[in-house]
Amino acid sequence: MTTSLSLSNTQKARPRRFGYRISVVGAVSFLIIAAWALVAVFAPYIAPHPVGDIVDFDFFGPMSAQFPLGTDYLGRDMLSRILLGARYTVGISLAAVCLACFCGVTLGMAAAVIGGWFDRVLSRMLDALTSIPSKILALVIVAAVGTSIPILIVTLAVIYTPGCYRFARALAVNINTMDYVTVARARGEGLGYLIRSEILPGIIGPVLADFGLRFVFIVLLLSSMSFLGLGVQPPFADWGALVKENIGGLSFAAPAVVFPSIAIATLTISVNLLIDNLPQKIRDRSEQ
Amino acid sequence: MNSPILNLVAERIVVAVVTLLFVAFTIFFATEMLPGDVAEILLGQAATPEAVAGLRAAMNLDQPAFLRFIYWIGNLFTGDLGVSYVNKMPISDLIGGRLVNSLKLASVTAAISVPIALTLGITAAILRGTFYDRIVSIFTIAVISVPEFMVATLSVIVFAVYLGWLPALSMANEVTSIGGLLKVFAMPVITLSFVISAQMIRMTRAAVLETLSTAYVEMALLKGASRRRMVLRHALPNALGPIVNAVALSLSYLLGGVIIVETIFNYPGIAKLMLDAVSTRDLPLIQSCAMIFCLGYLLLITIADLVAIVSNPRLQ
Repeated sequence: MTTSLSLSNTQKARPRRFGYRISVVGAVSFLIIAAWALVAVFAPYIAPHPVGDIVDFDFFGPMSAQFPLGTDYLGRDMLSRILLGARYTVGISLAAVCLACFCGVTLGMAAAVIGGWFDRVLSRMLDALTSIPSKILALVIVAAVGTSIPILIVTLAVIYTPGCYRFARALAVNINTMDYVTVARARGEGLGYLIRSEILPGIIGPVLADFGLRFVFIVLLLSSMSFLGLGVQPPFADWGALVKENIGGLSFAAPAVVFPSIAIATLTISVNLLIDNLPQKIRDRSEQ
Repeated sequence: MNSPILNLVAERIVVAVVTLLFVAFTIFFATEMLPGDVAEILLGQAATPEAVAGLRAAMNLDQPAFLRFIYWIGNLFTGDLGVSYVNKMPISDLIGGRLVNSLKLASVTAAISVPIALTLGITAAILRGTFYDRIVSIFTIAVISVPEFMVATLSVIVFAVYLGWLPALSMANEVTSIGGLLKVFAMPVITLSFVISAQMIRMTRAAVLETLSTAYVEMALLKGASRRRMVLRHALPNALGPIVNAVALSLSYLLGGVIIVETIFNYPGIAKLMLDAVSTRDLPLIQSCAMIFCLGYLLLITIADLVAIVSNPRLQ
């Protein structure tokens, strides 16, 4: 970029740095997500009580100064368990969404660049996979191979790969018709180069927004699986498993049932709002 | 009859059938990944080599997996769903009553949520940008971004614990009167309706908004038609196809929601049956239930696609 161009840019857009306008809602949601990420990393250091210890003689204890979010069905501190649960919910979902997006986006770009029967067969097969409802597919896989954290990550990734594939392919097909891709192809560049250096930079913005949406879907599915008792297994517990453990307290509205759900809601709603309030520049799929 | 529509419809149906076969294939081989020999597991303590060999032959386990897949598909078509591993009952007997229960739940939910969701979705689209629209949008985003079990637990806390109107758990066996029936269905239906309505409102609103931004609606506006006439005469008839499409698609969310709702309210439906089968690893039962769910899902999305094709004026 020449100096004169950047000068005129800064003059025109003085109030907004980076060329993006940051909305309040977006900033708040970003802070909430960042806070949960920090909690997931540093949970053992900030949890007030040891996570597995029974610290209260009463079960389903109410909120108090000593136990800010009450105690669970065995009298364990709920706040500590939710803080530790963030590790499982955020960690597993993040790993699964990374895996799903990596596979889906790579395959999608490859399908768009290669085209022909490769594209057709892959698209048909992955489309067919999406016609199994996600929870049913998860149930079938868990029934067949059992449940453990690595299996859970792979299962969630398999379920959400077709969606990533379809999204990335649709974007990549548009980029693929651009002149610079044709030029690169005429130059004799290989598939890896085309995907990495010509197509990917053109679709990275919308793909990142899609990454966030899929993260929400995966958090919801993981929580539902754990709630059904088929996700994270005791003694470990993610937020969905915490609701399941304490479901006995539902009939008297114990805080132990409510707060894990609220934790999930803060995370998922924040991610949704952050994506809704992303600068148009990143989100808009028509802009390259 | 015009042929492009017929062709498209026929193509869509062929795709649906091929997809169903692929789905059956996936489900069958996913459940076949189970490590260990089914015959040995079934016989347990009584697993002498002769008994295992006999059972393997009787269950066709000594044949290649692909052949067993063919047998299984063939039996499905003739209505023979096989025998449960766990209690040795024919699966069609186990599923029958449960399926009826689930369908009852689904149809009551649909009957309640479709009119409400359509009204809210269409009015929100017409009053776009107003306070009302913002409230509806915030509500739908909030419901969509939280797991179904949270909607369920919150409605139990609100309706059963604080308001005390309804019992927290439902037992479908104890129904003696219409009042009892209402009480059994109330909590599951309320929960499911929230989940389904949120999806449907969102999709309906988007469909109507899309129609409102077309050139012919703008034309109606420019020639001085009132807002009411513009929406009712020009936009809605054309939005009908997309709206029906949106309804069919959102009803497919019933299938996922029903699993959570039947579990939390202990409702004796097919999703609960499948979940129990997963915990006892009763593979034939899992396969049959999964096929029923996939069939329902495929039926709904195929109907949605067909409606979209038939209602597209550019094809007529």
